[in-house]
Amino acid sequence: MARNKSSKAHQDKARAAATKPATFGEDIDLDSYVGSADEQPYQTDPSKLPPAAKERMLEAGVILDDPRQRAGTFIQMDNAPVHSSVKQEGVEVMAISQALDRYDWLWDYWWQAVAVDTDKYTANVELNQYNGYFIRALPGYKTIYPVQACLYLAKARLAQNVHNIIIAEENSELHIITGCTTASEDEAGLHLGVSEFYIKRGAKVTFTMIHNWNPEVAVRPRSAAIVEENALFLSNYVLTKPVRSLQMYPTARCVGENAVVRFNSVLVAAPGSSLDVGSRVILNAKGAKTEIVARAITTGGSIVARGYVEGNAPDVRGHLECRGLILTGGGIIHAIPELKGTLAGIDLSHEAAVGKIAEEEVEYLMARGLTQNEATATIVRGFLRVDIEGLPPLLSAELQRAIQASEKDLM
Amino acid sequence: MGDVALSIEQLTVEVEGREILHSIHLEMKLGETHVLFGPNGSGKTTLLMALMGFPKYRVTKGRIMFQGQDITRFSLDERARLGIGISFQRPPVVRGVKTRDMVAACLKGQEHEGRISQLAEKANLTDFLDREINYGFSGGEIKRSELMQLLAQRPTLTLIDEPESGVDLVNIALIGELINSLLEKDCPIPERRCMGLIITHTGHILDYVNARTGYVMCDGVIGCEGDPHEILATIREKGYQECIKCFLRRAPGGSEQIV
Repeated sequence: MARNKSSKAHQDKARAAATKPATFGEDIDLDSYVGSADEQPYQTDPSKLPPAAKERMLEAGVILDDPRQRAGTFIQMDNAPVHSSVKQEGVEVMAISQALDRYDWLWDYWWQAVAVDTDKYTANVELNQYNGYFIRALPGYKTIYPVQACLYLAKARLAQNVHNIIIAEENSELHIITGCTTASEDEAGLHLGVSEFYIKRGAKVTFTMIHNWNPEVAVRPRSAAIVEENALFLSNYVLTKPVRSLQMYPTARCVGENAVVRFNSVLVAAPGSSLDVGSRVILNAKGAKTEIVARAITTGGSIVARGYVEGNAPDVRGHLECRGLILTGGGIIHAIPELKGTLAGIDLSHEAAVGKIAEEEVEYLMARGLTQNEATATIVRGFLRVDIEGLPPLLSAELQRAIQASEKDLM
Repeated sequence: MGDVALSIEQLTVEVEGREILHSIHLEMKLGETHVLFGPNGSGKTTLLMALMGFPKYRVTKGRIMFQGQDITRFSLDERARLGIGISFQRPPVVRGVKTRDMVAACLKGQEHEGRISQLAEKANLTDFLDREINYGFSGGEIKRSELMQLLAQRPTLTLIDEPESGVDLVNIALIGELINSLLEKDCPIPERRCMGLIITHTGHILDYVNARTGYVMCDGVIGCEGDPHEILATIREKGYQECIKCFLRRAPGGSEQIV
């Protein structure tokens, strides 16, 4: 790809931060992963991908057999983009390398939302980048079906470094479902994913990310969004399958008046899984608002659920909600909600609760004839149900399906 | 009238190691509605909870016979599936579980969307189906929701804890209607397959629901038994203090008629 165009300044900053540890989460030894993988053949028809791979992708919400439900598709296996296609006018979906070749102006967005020297993971993505995706909605175009993107880790011990850019031009509407998964259910791997979102005036982006890793994979996504006037950014994150170590703290900055950001996360930590997940919103323009909702369940793993809302402009509103459920002994949930206000007239609040399922609630359902297991399952299902305002019904149904798929593992 | 369908025999119940009910005896036939009066703390709710089988309410002596079966050791959900249902006075909020899910759970096996909507309409709760159960519900809404769930569950024995508490006048008529429907009051008595045991502190529900027998509970025993309207008239005139005095005069006896 056009590495020569990435500015020297970015490269220098990246080199300077190459060993800088992240603020949160376990430090990952990057040298224990390999940086290259065999080339994967391009697939014009993604339904022809191996059934086992398609099955893993489907578990992460990526549908390859029925393309009618998608406005576009991007698939990257290891470090190679193996498919990109678009079915709807006004939408662009391609490998980031291809987009950088095509659009010179794209360099103006490069590392503008995420700082390249945030930590050694962002630095490593700059220094050893292996593609990623570019998704863009042209001004005024509104997608009906979601665009899907899949980042697939096939080779054992691979470090998959991707850099994605998502742009919703003025008054456009873009729905994205992105699934990240591995071929193997027990091989180690590392996924470093930088995603930069630019949501222009009056645009709306819903971004639904489903992770389907394995108990040996380490994951360090680094995402940030810049949200302009009257724009909406709705981000949903679902992780219900085991992972070794995941740390992320996506940030959205509301820079235009009345911008709206909503983050919803559903996290399940199995024994051996260590999750440190937060959402951060900076309200920098008048009337901007945000809502952050997290549901965390542990069946033995550890979860740090963070949240941060900062209000720096008049009439901004923000609410943080985190609820944690400890289903079995040995699990830890640590909720850390933070609020910072820097002027009068702002309205920020939070609520957090961590506990077990109340016996009284189980008995209430049992009094209606449900067995103890059925009652517990109903309560857990309810706990994980996050009603997401603004999400198209199709995506909402898919999200619920992804969440419900984990229920049997919880009981 | 038919045979005895519920027989509570010398039932002694303790909660957290403390004996609350002492040797309760009560019988009910299909088609009948009985009401339990009594001052606060007299053990009315304990009796209902013990009949329903909540684990915290431990039967230490006596037994519960329901339709010919000794259910004393049956679990809460087994009893529910056998045909016992309860309307809670203060049910818990279950976040994320919608009213619709609860009604569907009660309809288990014969669930269909049409039936849920029909019941919601009947209980004037159509707008509540997609709300989290009991979350932010008013007193009347809670009672109507409880009764709607029971109408879906269709128990043979319905236990109702204070249907009038926290309910305004507009709601109480509808609540009376729902209870009458639940207890098949529109059927001739011999054809009814249901029975009800209702706790009432104030007796207001008797203006809407007819009952055959009334009991006054005092300090964990049934102090007296008789016509519910006569009992209520006495309570209204003299208050529970008089019941307690009368009961104490007769102690340690027990089952003479007060009226």
